[in-house]
Amino acid sequence: MKYRLNISCQTSALSELRAFLQQSLGGATLDEIEKHQVTLAVEEVCANLIIHSHGCNPQDIIHLEVIDSDQKLIFEITDQGEAFNILDYEVPDLKKVMVEKRKGGLGIILVKKIMDEIEFESKNGVNTCRLIKWFRS
Amino acid sequence: MLRLEKTKENRSDILSLFGEVDASNSVILDEAIQELVASGTKSLIIDGKNLEYISSAGLGVFMSYLEDFQDQEISMKICELTPRVFEVFRILGLDQLIPIYPDRAAAFAE
Repeated sequence: MKYRLNISCQTSALSELRAFLQQSLGGATLDEIEKHQVTLAVEEVCANLIIHSHGCNPQDIIHLEVIDSDQKLIFEITDQGEAFNILDYEVPDLKKVMVEKRKGGLGIILVKKIMDEIEFESKNGVNTCRLIKWFRS
Repeated sequence: MLRLEKTKENRSDILSLFGEVDASNSVILDEAIQELVASGTKSLIIDGKNLEYISSAGLGVFMSYLEDFQDQEISMKICELTPRVFEVFRILGLDQLIPIYPDRAAAFAE
């Protein structure tokens, strides 16, 4: 099963994204806590893109595709903004985030801890971030 | 959608969160905590009973106060998180940095 959503690059679109994910994950073989976590991870990536790659420009669009197969869920997030390769970012130390009073960096920790696989590619100005969650048998 | 409610109980300021905290509204949470600090609070309890969702934007607000609160001897506790929201705190390790209690009574007791 495939589900698609186009998100306008404004933070007010995040609640719409969560509602879409809740609906798309309805039939997935994950418990409620896992569904909540993957929703959070996808939102973290999209929020990062909206704020940092697109400067909250509502004219810009992020495309999300959710692919629900027998064994795994794939979230494919595509945009044409400044490339943000999450794999290039080291997971910051939590104590460091606290001391530096940084409000960022936590999202990256969450995405890396929640998702089983993360892929990123940038080709001809199109960036694709793929988040994969395997179903536990 | 996020709604906040400020009350006082047992000489503590209670900040109850209703709904969802994300990058679109975390500033509201930040401002509410700033106001409580400005009013001289020494004991702040965040009631998460009706908090359905919190992203890193909201978690970062709590994180940003931890050191200052330590210096200013302000106590911040969180209580009654739903299991799924608590799990997010746990994944990040925030449960090791902020005391989290099952309910308000337990938060008052310590």
